[in-house]
Amino acid sequence: MKDKKIVVELSEVTKRYQIGTNVVHALSGVSYAFESGCFCSIQGQSGSGKSTMLNLLGCLDSPTSGSYFLNGQDVSKMDDEQLSAVRLSHIGFIFQSFHLIPQLTVSQNIQLPLSYLGWNKDKSEDRARELATLVDLKDRMDHRPVELSGGQQQRVAIARSLANNPKLILADEPTGNLDSATGGQVMEVLLELNRQGKTIIMVTHTSEIAAHATSAIHMLDGKIDRIKS
Amino acid sequence: MNSRLIEEIATGFKTLWLHKLRSLLTILGIVFGVGSVVAMLAIGEGASQQTLEQIKRLGSSNIMIRSIKSEDENQGNRVRFPIYGLTYEDALRIEFGFEGIKNVVSMKTLEKEARLGRNRINLRIVGTTTNWFDVVTRPLLAGRILSREDSLERKNVCVLTRYGANKLLANEATIGQQVYLGSNVFEVVGILNTEDQLAGSSSMQSPDQPIDAYIPLTTAQAVFGDIAVVNTSNSRDRSLVELHQIIVQLENSDLVLSGAKSILRTLKMFHTTKDYEMDVPLELLKQTEKTKRTFNTVLGSIAGISLIVGGIGIMNIMLASVTERTKEIGIRRAIGATRKMIIRQFLIEAVILTITGGLIGIGFGVVVPSVVEYFAKMPTKIPLYSIVLSLGISVFIGVIFGLYPAWKAAQLDPIESLRHQ
Repeated sequence: MKDKKIVVELSEVTKRYQIGTNVVHALSGVSYAFESGCFCSIQGQSGSGKSTMLNLLGCLDSPTSGSYFLNGQDVSKMDDEQLSAVRLSHIGFIFQSFHLIPQLTVSQNIQLPLSYLGWNKDKSEDRARELATLVDLKDRMDHRPVELSGGQQQRVAIARSLANNPKLILADEPTGNLDSATGGQVMEVLLELNRQGKTIIMVTHTSEIAAHATSAIHMLDGKIDRIKS
Repeated sequence: MNSRLIEEIATGFKTLWLHKLRSLLTILGIVFGVGSVVAMLAIGEGASQQTLEQIKRLGSSNIMIRSIKSEDENQGNRVRFPIYGLTYEDALRIEFGFEGIKNVVSMKTLEKEARLGRNRINLRIVGTTTNWFDVVTRPLLAGRILSREDSLERKNVCVLTRYGANKLLANEATIGQQVYLGSNVFEVVGILNTEDQLAGSSSMQSPDQPIDAYIPLTTAQAVFGDIAVVNTSNSRDRSLVELHQIIVQLENSDLVLSGAKSILRTLKMFHTTKDYEMDVPLELLKQTEKTKRTFNTVLGSIAGISLIVGGIGIMNIMLASVTERTKEIGIRRAIGATRKMIIRQFLIEAVILTITGGLIGIGFGVVVPSVVEYFAKMPTKIPLYSIVLSLGISVFIGVIFGLYPAWKAAQLDPIESLRHQ
């Protein structure tokens, strides 16, 4: 255990929201270290803080207190622009409802992070083709997202999340909008990526899906309730 | 960087193309604003250029002095035999009394019945000095112009203008033939071209516009005298006018304004009543340029207002678009786009809208003047600066009115935006 590299480290992280006059403690003192190359699932009821946790891990949000190290970098004190840069180069997102941009083709959707990274056209198109091949959508490069099935759309989203070659992939209920057969295919892709060394943290509320993970966190009332590995 | 921008512009176009009708309606304000600017400038430019050309034809280094009935007389104190206007002496005083004068052309205008073969018609005849043809240069159609010899020997010779030749049905074969002017026989020695009357109304005429024939001033004086008799229905009006017009040509146009002032001063000393009037084309030129500037300012303000209205339309739609595409903004932010990148994207879209509107507007602005030119027979000219200006303004409006919606888009919270349905 000790020789494993830590990719994400949370210590005493809290997150409070002010809603009207009420203060909501979405996270209250979470400490956890995610090892490099792990496939970890986060489970919990709605309101347990798992979404807040994922937003923090994805650098979409900053903790109220506590610290968050990503690849040894303290992310918790960064401003919006720095956080954007971290998301752009170190994190890949996969969402429950795919979140592809409708007016762009499959190829352009995959290239989106690369365009923000300033890659040149040829290089970025080559990369998109390579990734589309990986998720078996090579012949759908010029299609619009609406012309694809849910499973295919999610595979495009996976390809997009891989474009910047991130260490950490965050998946928010990646199979939530898919039937069990296509959900299974998507899980296969994720497991394959994990075997290739990607760290994957996945929020889910289905135990069968969570069973694929190498470790599982269960959350309750803004705290880590149980850890299974 | 450059290919990146091209990519962004292409994406912007694609996004706007998804809502073709909406985008089109959005840019209508800009289309009409820019279209009217270009069209009005073209019409204004055409009109003022026409005036300028006419004034230049009069000669920017010329001063024209005309004889007029003095004001007393026009007010009803009718003299039975009025004697007024410029005199031979005035011409000499101007010619030898001032420096920097190149030519002084004296003119005497007569109305005589002319007869060539069986054609009889009234002609306006000008008795003038030979240097007229240096000041008002027109190509010869046939024969020759009046010579110094004609003048000195008071020959009965005349040169027809194209107008006069048309009236008398004269042509090249007429050269050398005899024509009656009143009861005197003149030899036709040449036919001069005249310029076509330009379309559009203008008080400015070329000096030779109303003239049918030229004869030497000396001949006019000797043959017809200085007394003009006009027969009206119930009376015979006689008047004595030595010269009807003097054209002073100065060596250059810098001398015109001061020259005009000193000539006026001299004339005032020798005339008891103001029976002359001075036209200075250069002054008119300056006046016209001033009018044009005023016109452009007024036009610019109106165009400015319509473009602001157009810009507000753009802003309105861009704000709606930001709300509608909240989720897209969330996705882009989650992937790692900074606020600046979001601002850039929406600004590019706004500028695409305004430039497209500007280009369509320029298209209208180019077509409308040619339609006007065809139907209203008004000259138009599209100045290059109006097109460059219109495009510049289009970009400017896109940036100004796109900035706030783009900033709003960038301020959206990524987490909230992703949740947005």
